Amino acid sequence: MKKTLSRYRLFLIMLLADLLLLCMSPELGRKAVSLSGNHLLQMLSVIPPIFLLLGLMDVWVPKETMTKYMGRGAGARGGVLAFLLGSLSAGPLYASFPVAAVFLKKGVSLTNVFIFIGAWSTTKVPMMLFEITQLGMKFALIRFGLNLAAIAAMAVIMEKTASKEEAASICETAIRRADGD
Amino acid sequence: MFTVFLYGAAILWLTASFFRDRERTRLALRKAWKSFENILPSVLAILLLIGLILTLLDADTISRLLGSDSGVLGMGIAAAVGCVTLIPGFVAFPLAASLLAAGAGYAQIALFISTLMMVGIATLPLEIRYFGRRAALKRNVLSLICAVITSCLVGAAMGG
Repeated sequence: MKKTLSRYRLFLIMLLADLLLLCMSPELGRKAVSLSGNHLLQMLSVIPPIFLLLGLMDVWVPKETMTKYMGRGAGARGGVLAFLLGSLSAGPLYASFPVAAVFLKKGVSLTNVFIFIGAWSTTKVPMMLFEITQLGMKFALIRFGLNLAAIAAMAVIMEKTASKEEAASICETAIRRADGD
Repeated sequence: MFTVFLYGAAILWLTASFFRDRERTRLALRKAWKSFENILPSVLAILLLIGLILTLLDADTISRLLGSDSGVLGMGIAAAVGCVTLIPGFVAFPLAASLLAAGAGYAQIALFISTLMMVGIATLPLEIRYFGRRAALKRNVLSLICAVITSCLVGAAMGG
């Protein structure tokens, strides 16, 4: 009970802030609640199936398979695969974290995991198409080209600047999350 | 559309899994639930936090902050707003388009969009839970730096 309470501490504080706002300014308070509601719907449209797929992947896909295609020895092909998986995803960036955690557990290299997160954040295909319609082909393509380079550079920097201990601790933390502790 | 695909894939795989091996399916479901429940407190807190942030920083306010400003101050505001808010793309791109029409610079708009997508201050606690403090902070700082560089280049390429 006490443990549950402390886990939900931040949530309770936010709830209190919402209630306070509702009392002080009912109009703004209602707006905040309805915005949260919108995001809840958006979350429900991707998070539950993602976790289901992750559970299934954890049980059915052997580590060797993932390591072979996206592990340290997979080379450029692994990077391209990570990029495609990230770009073909949907949902807010934080939905990529649990996926990345299971990837790390299954032996995907740190570089490829960060390529995956980078692609998820920036080069999602539906978003790209929407960006073209809203901001124009030139703007969208220039941004895409530059982001491609940025994603690759960032993934390499993340991997290269992580000491052995740090890389191990990232993996360990992620695996603990993937196992649900 | 993607939601349908995602739910479809999950249900199909779950069904196939159920017929092949019930015990493993049960294990998969337990794992899915455990890791979901594990981040539930953070996700709920983030949902409420986003509601509060977007109440203060709604589309009108963002337009006011970015519309008339340009130059370094405009870049700073664009980055700050992009980092703290979490707006889905189908809202952000039309907003960006209207800001451009209202006279905002290309570099500022590119920076706003890039930080919006890559840097997440509201979701940082969650990211730290997954990858540890160092890696999470490093990824966000690096993303911010990359966003600034690429946005300046976008601005230059678009001619201001």
